[in-house]
Order: sequence, then structure tokens, then C-alpha cells
Amino acid sequence: MAKEQNKKNSRRDFIKKLGIVGLGSASMASIYFDKKTLEEKKPGEKIKVLTTDKKVVEVNVSDIIPVEEEVNTDKLQHRGRTGLVGKKFVMVIDLAKCKNARKCMHACQSVHQLKPEQHHINVLQMEDEVNGATYFMPKPCMHCDEPQCVSVCPVGATFKRQDGIVLIDNEMCVGCRFCIAACPYSARSFNWTDPRDAEKYKDVPYDVELNVPQKLGTVTKCAFSADRLRENKLPYCVASCPNGVYYFGDANQDFVTNGTTRKTVRLSKLLKDNSAYTLLAELGTKPNVFYLPPNRKCEEPQTT
Amino acid sequence: MNKEAINTLSLSEIENDLTQNIQWTVRSRIWMGTLLFAFAICLYFYVQQLIYGLGVTGLHDYASWGIYISNFVFFVATSLVGMLISSVFGLANVKWIKPIARIAEIIAVSFAMVAGLVIITDMGRPDRLLSIFVYGRVQSPIVWDIAVVTTYVFISLLLLYVPLIPDFAMISEKKKGLPKLQIKIYKALSLGWADKPEQFKVIKRLIQTLLVIIIPVALAIHTVTSWLFALTLRPGWDSSIFGPYFVSGAFVAGAAALIMALYFYRRHYHLENYITEEHFNSMGKILVLVSLIYLYFNLNEILVPGFKPGTAAGAHINELLSGTESTLYWAVQIFGLAIPLILLLIPRMRKPFPVTVLSLMVFVGAWFKRYLIVVPSQLEPYLPIQNVPESFHHYSPTTAEVAITAGSFILVLIIMTVLSKVIPLIPIWEVKEELK
Repeated sequence: MAKEQNKKNSRRDFIKKLGIVGLGSASMASIYFDKKTLEEKKPGEKIKVLTTDKKVVEVNVSDIIPVEEEVNTDKLQHRGRTGLVGKKFVMVIDLAKCKNARKCMHACQSVHQLKPEQHHINVLQMEDEVNGATYFMPKPCMHCDEPQCVSVCPVGATFKRQDGIVLIDNEMCVGCRFCIAACPYSARSFNWTDPRDAEKYKDVPYDVELNVPQKLGTVTKCAFSADRLRENKLPYCVASCPNGVYYFGDANQDFVTNGTTRKTVRLSKLLKDNSAYTLLAELGTKPNVFYLPPNRKCEEPQTT
Repeated sequence: MNKEAINTLSLSEIENDLTQNIQWTVRSRIWMGTLLFAFAICLYFYVQQLIYGLGVTGLHDYASWGIYISNFVFFVATSLVGMLISSVFGLANVKWIKPIARIAEIIAVSFAMVAGLVIITDMGRPDRLLSIFVYGRVQSPIVWDIAVVTTYVFISLLLLYVPLIPDFAMISEKKKGLPKLQIKIYKALSLGWADKPEQFKVIKRLIQTLLVIIIPVALAIHTVTSWLFALTLRPGWDSSIFGPYFVSGAFVAGAAALIMALYFYRRHYHLENYITEEHFNSMGKILVLVSLIYLYFNLNEILVPGFKPGTAAGAHINELLSGTESTLYWAVQIFGLAIPLILLLIPRMRKPFPVTVLSLMVFVGAWFKRYLIVVPSQLEPYLPIQNVPESFHHYSPTTAEVAITAGSFILVLIIMTVLSKVIPLIPIWEVKEELK
């Protein structure tokens, strides 16, 4: 019974995430609303809708019945492969701010059904070779513009979307682990044994943007929380950071938002004013994750 | 061949000599039974792996390729000897290789075919094997590797089969005491061969063509296998000489395998008149030659990056020479390469027994050399290994993994045994031709 309840819950959660409800109207046509639009209205209020024969009609909000849109792997696959048109996602990590709180790692592992030793994002303790200074460095997937992992995949299970995100499709992965061998950032992990809580996730439809449920014998990796970006939300790690380490945004629009302060700044200026760098730039992988050096003089990154 | 001894024999005595291996004696049945039993045990471990996943191995995220992949590289390497003996020496018209060319092809075919299975044991999702053929991306080196290994197996099978056609015809007519079905199969496989001069002309031209075609394919299989590593950005793998380095190493492993096979086939099937001490002497010299070439590539592979210790590649070489894996590294280089190489320069060491022992040392060393190429590079990534269990800093294969790997060797022995029970190990028609 508890299991049954669980199943239902996860399904409902899933529908919620989609943020879509429908309406069964008198003409038997369904109308889809953004959930938010609907929630803002009070019962008794009227709402204008466009019918299929292009007439505007007013209906009472209380008459609208949410219709569950069927969520299936095919639909999730299609949108997961397509990506978010016109975007190019980037992350900026301010190393001066990281205090090794590890909230990012925990948020990521819990939502992606990962075991303690599996990391989509890993906070590393680094030591400067020249002066011996140590600092903490969160390391997600770099979502490279020249992704080695994508080049070597024999079946196209791992791919780069037009919005810059590199995903892994565990419905296709053959488990050869060439991508793990090819990634210079050690960003990928493998499901050597049954995934954590495999039983619990058994009936959840596979979402390539979340890479859940995880599957035995397949590779898993950071997805820049593509499922959250679809909802206009910041990635799990970014949103859970208490120390203002992460900025996330769209390079095409040239802005990034800090996950803690929610302050939005110009990306190009942030990078330029703070001597941002990328990891192992000499390898030519062109990462989309930028680092602000740990030992800057000023406490706040300069944005003016 | 020992021509003096053979000249005293009649043609039918020669035919008898060279087909007497085609029968299941009690001894060979016991041997085969033992192999099958051992293979069944290994299969049990593979079934465990199929059920519980690659978690039954010692692999982890920082050593995600282990002995399965090193073993795959080793098998592909060993199979190259077919090309070396039949094509390189065959096309150069070296006469003494004729009696051993078929055994070289048997090694090529058995190791190349089992290599294909070894790579499947490394797959996390063997159930999706067909995806590689259906959704294969030509940009991926794995797809290139599958394409060339398959081609190599196919051409090697032809190179084994085509020279067998006249022998099949002879066996189907003259060999007694075989089951009728087996005789029928030989008859069918002989494709109506009737020892006509024009038939000989055609078959020789065909063999010649195959010998030429297989050269680029053989070079390709091991070059592409080396690219699985060389095309990545990892220090220790990212090397421009990996192709020729692997090919030269392949000839070392292959020549050693051939010497061992010659020793056991010769002893067991009493082929002393056909595979002579001179063959071991010459193969010993070939092993010296290919080992010297391999040594030269080793020197390049070590010295060039090692001279720049500040680079990532240089640090990797330092680690190999004096780090955690250094004992194994020096053991392989000294006992698997240097000592056999020096000893083989002494003529007495190229007698059948000593050269076989030295070949075994080279063969074992060559296997561990592949391990040293595959594993240590992964354990020294650019970014530190942290927030994972301590065991992730090392790699130690589990019993299941070792058993599955042993299974691949047992399977090679099974194939080599079965082949030696159904085909003559020495091309009879070519022996007869030599005597004319």
C-alpha cells in the first residue's frame, strides 16, 4: 500500500513539474494552461480562452478541471533531445566564495538518485602548485563546446543539445565507458551495481533531462539540471548553495543570476572584471563552466 | 621441413602423417573435457556478471577499463601474427614458413574471434549489443574498431580456408575411419577440387590477393585499437606513436604465441619431420627482430615525454618508472622483454624447448604490458580523486573478473584444439609441391 502511494505521489510530482493542467470544456476540447496562470485566479473569476475555431470565450475558473496530460518516455525523450531553443547555458563558479558547505553535492545526489560515491558535481580540495594555498573547487560537467565524450560515443547515447547541454540517454547507453575514459575532467560516473532505491523509481517514466530512473550498466552525468531550466528555475546545485558561489544563466542574453542572492549580472563583464578562467583550457575542450579565481583581492566580484 | 627424412617416405605416408591428427583419441577427449569443464566454471562467473552487472568486477569510476580491455588489446595483438608470417614472409617468398603458415592463421582466427567476445564481456549493457550496428556513429573509434576487427576475422578465415581446399579434397577421398557426415562436409568444402593445374593457378592467385589485402587490415586493427586510447586527452594515452608502438608490440606477442603453438602441436601430433628445429631457430630470430623494434618504440614512448617531467605526460612516465606500478613495469620490461631478447641471441637458446620457455615469458610479459598501458593512466586523472572510497585510488581485479579473462584463454585453446582435430595443421599440397 505504501509503495502504491509512493508511485502515485511520484507521478503527481511529475505532472506538477510539467506545470501543465488542462481543461475539459463544454466542446470537449482540452485547453492547456500554465499552472501558475490558473493558481493566480480566484474561484468565480472569469478567464478568457481561445477555442479551436478561433473564438474568444469567457469561462468560469471554477469550471476548469485539470486534465492530467499523459507523460511518457517518448515525449520526454523528444523534448530532451531538442533542448531549449535559443539558449546557451553557462555556469560561473566563484571560488573565493566556496566554503565547502557541500549543499550542492547533496541536493544533486538526492534528486538524481545517486549513491554517495557517485558525483555529478564534486567539491574538490585543490592545492595551488606554486604557492601551496588550498581552496575548494566545485566541479560539475563542463558542458564543453568540443565534448570528447560525445565524439567517442559509439551509439549517440551522449549528445550535445543546441542549448549547449551535454546529456546522457541511459535508454541507449551500451555501457562501453569510452566517454568516461575520454573525459579529462572525470565528470562521469557509472552504475556498476543496481542504482540507489531502484525499486522506488521502478515505475517512473525515464526523463533524459533528469537522467532518472538511473539504470544498471549505464553512464550518468551532470545535466545542468535541464529539467529545472525548462521550468525557468536555477539548477539544483546552484539554488541550494548558501554561499553565493554559483552564477547561472544564458550566454546568448549575456546574463547570469547568482543562486543565493538572486542578483543578475552581465556575464561578459563578470568574466572580464574577475579574470575568469576555464579548467584545463589548454586541452581545447571549450568548457561552458567558468571559474573566478579563489584569491581575488575584493570580497564581492566586481560587476561595475 | 626435414627433406631428407621426408624424401624416404611415400606420398601416402606423408598424407598419413599429416592427417593423423584428424581423430579424437582418448587423450584428446580428456583434454577437451577438461577445457570444457574449466570453461563452464568461467561461464558461471559471466552469468553472475550478467545478473548483477559489472559491479562483480573490481572496476570503478576511476579505473573504468581494467583487465577486460587490456585482455582485448592483447588478443587483437596476438592475432596479428597471421599477417606477419603468411603475408610479410609469404609474399617475400620465404620458403620455410610454408609448413607453419596454417598454424599462424589458426592463431590469428582464434584470437581475433575471441577478442570480439572479450569486448562484449566489458559492456555494461550487452543486451544492447545490436545498437552498435543499428545506431553506430562512424565518428566513434569503437565503431571503426568493430568494422576492422570483423573484416580481419573474415579475411583470416578465408586465408585459413582457401589453402585448405585441396587438402579437404584429399582427405575426403583418402582418409579412413571418419564419420560419413564429416567426409561429406570435407567433400562439400573442397568445392569440387580435382588437382587440376588450372585450379592450382586460380587458388594461388586467390591466396596471393588475400595475402595482400590482409596487410592493411591487420595494421588497421591494431592501429585503431591503439586509437581507443591515443585519441583521448589523457596523459599516458595521448601519444602520436601509439599506432606503430602497438603494432610492433603485437608482433612480439604473436610470434611468442606461434612458437608455443608450434611446440605443442609438433610434440603432440609428431610433426617433427615437418616442423623442424630450424623452424624454432628461425622463429627465435624473428622474435629477436620484432622485440628489438618494439624496444625501439618503448624507448621513444618513455624517453620523449619523460625528458619533460613537468608536463602531465612526463609525470605519468615518472609514475610508471618509479611509482606504485613500477615493480610490475620493470618486471615486464626485464623478464618479458630484455632477458628473453638477450638469451635468444644465443643459438642454443633457440632450440625448441628453451625458445618455447622464453616465448612464454614474453607472452606473459606482453599481457601485463597491456595492463600497464590501460590501467595506470586512468588512476592519474588531471583532477584529484576525492570524495570516493579509498579503494578508488587503486584497481584490483576480482575473482569473477580473473575467471572471465581466463575463460577467454580457455576458449582460444578450445578453438585451437577443435581445429587441430578437423583440419591438417600443415598444408599437405604445399609440402608435396616442395618435394617435387
